[in-house]
Amino acid sequence: MSDVAAIRTEELTRIYKIRGGKKSDPKELVALKDVDIQVERGELFGLLGPNGAGKTTLIKVLTTLLAPTKGRAYVAGYDVIKDPHEIRSRINMVSGGEASGYGLLTVRENLWMFSQFYGIPSKAANQRIKELLEIVGLGDRLNTKSSDLSSGMRQKMNIVRGFMTDPEILFLDEPTLGLDVGAARDVRNFIRDWMRQEDERTILLTTHYMVEADELCDRVAIINQGKVLACDTPKALKRQLQQVVIFQLQVSPCTVTPGMFDGIQGVRNFNHAHEDGYTTMEFTLEEDDILPAVIHQLAERDIHLLNLDKRQPSLEDVFVHLVGMRMEEVERGETG
Amino acid sequence: MQAETSMAHQNGATRNLRAMGRSFLTAAWLGWQIESNWTDPFLFAIYSVVKPVSGAAILVVMYGIISGGDFDSPLFAYIFLGNAFYIYVGSVMTGVSWAVLDDREHYKTLKYIFIAPIHAPSYLMGRGVARFLTGTISVIVTIAAGMLFLNLQLDLRAVDWPLFFAALGMGVIMLANLGLLLAGVTLTIANHVWFVGDTVAGALYLFSGAIFPLDVLPVWLRPLGFAMPLTYWLELLRRSLVGDVAQAFPTLAGLSNAQLFAILIGLSLLFGILAFAIYRWCEHAARERGLIDMVTNY
Repeated sequence: MSDVAAIRTEELTRIYKIRGGKKSDPKELVALKDVDIQVERGELFGLLGPNGAGKTTLIKVLTTLLAPTKGRAYVAGYDVIKDPHEIRSRINMVSGGEASGYGLLTVRENLWMFSQFYGIPSKAANQRIKELLEIVGLGDRLNTKSSDLSSGMRQKMNIVRGFMTDPEILFLDEPTLGLDVGAARDVRNFIRDWMRQEDERTILLTTHYMVEADELCDRVAIINQGKVLACDTPKALKRQLQQVVIFQLQVSPCTVTPGMFDGIQGVRNFNHAHEDGYTTMEFTLEEDDILPAVIHQLAERDIHLLNLDKRQPSLEDVFVHLVGMRMEEVERGETG
Repeated sequence: MQAETSMAHQNGATRNLRAMGRSFLTAAWLGWQIESNWTDPFLFAIYSVVKPVSGAAILVVMYGIISGGDFDSPLFAYIFLGNAFYIYVGSVMTGVSWAVLDDREHYKTLKYIFIAPIHAPSYLMGRGVARFLTGTISVIVTIAAGMLFLNLQLDLRAVDWPLFFAALGMGVIMLANLGLLLAGVTLTIANHVWFVGDTVAGALYLFSGAIFPLDVLPVWLRPLGFAMPLTYWLELLRRSLVGDVAQAFPTLAGLSNAQLFAILIGLSLLFGILAFAIYRWCEHAARERGLIDMVTNY
């Protein structure tokens, strides 16, 4: 196994200049800020963060589509700025949630065409295309025009395009975005199987689905506002939260006021959501003994407890612990 | 050590040549699929005939009104052939540059192509091949219509075919290079310039001697025409096809065919180097500014 890391970044920074009106100066948007990560060969590495966290920007830099503003990035040991040609023959990329491809070509023609860019002999390419399409359940669509495919099928075709070239390092940018539950599960299984087949295969996967990161990745970097906040195995990240306990309560419909539980010592975090006929409250507490005070507070306000669950910390909790907000709240632009 | 370095260079060169070859051929195949499959073959054939003939017909009507119907004048052959071969200017330049917008905005594949081990200029030029082929059909149809219905004085037995094909080949390479320059510019700008190739071709129409000799232009505009390889290319094509008729015009009459060809090669080389340099700069700028996968949705 090569001793060169599959991916390494050093203080990688990317700033976009956004032009305003004619008279106003361009604004700066910091998409990546001093990112240091190292992904080893054979690793399935996840980048977990909300939309706009900088995940796609990082992938763009690593795939040589975008130049960094500052810092260095190496893929398969090659510098993204100095040796982009060396990198391109070793990588591939799949972006989810988009309907790319030539609609007037058949599925086979679309994939064959890309195989030619990588110098794969036609016979081998056609064989590989057939095999991979069978695996993702598109075997009967080989000669269908890609414009006639549903968006989910088109995404699967795109996934085959990425895997078909058997890259050393594969970048998957939200590969299950927009897929239905069954298709997303198929894709995750496919990714896992592909990784199992060869030790040196490396995947960098971005996602904002916690379960996907937890289920697939050997290590996960949690990223928000262009900064890597934590990087470890999902297990180790969750272990950081084992000094807290998480309770999920279903209560009678109620109005939640800001600072409602501020008076109770040991409430680390509190979230709520109104459901049909009840309200869900989630508490991160420093210890179990604080729960009675919470329930007492609810009772004082005439809020009835309907159900109570104690659960293990998830990557979502790790994110909340690091950022102070849930991922959806960050995406909605709420302040912490 | 030296032998190893030299071998590495050789391997690199072979790899580059292979990348250029497969990029060009695959892109040519793709371009033809796109160009020929947007409608059914019958409509495609009708379109290929009607478009150039109607373009030429407009010019012929205008010429007929201005000249009082004098279609035997050498000026008619000059205008008609210049106009017919100018079809290549728009089609080849647009074919190459339009691929950037088509792949980026319409098919959303440009980012996947640009992260593949391809030679981007060869890919873009390959995409222009289909337009060159459809352009060739248009040129042939236009000239055939001129000969059959408009008394265009063109004797196929008297044509200097070696000169014709040499000039045509050189010109197409020159146009593809100009297309590459426009492709570079297109990489750095947005969707609202869909037909940058056609626009530039239209702008150059008046300054390249396509429909009138450069002497007709104001003195201060003539240097623009003399600086462009298109002027010499069109003159060589006319000379190879109708010989003396073209020489009857004073603008370039003092230059022999060999001199014209030498100027065409020199200027094509100069524009070619310039085009590659500008393309490289634009591609670099597009990567700097994150424009390779920009989708504007205008």
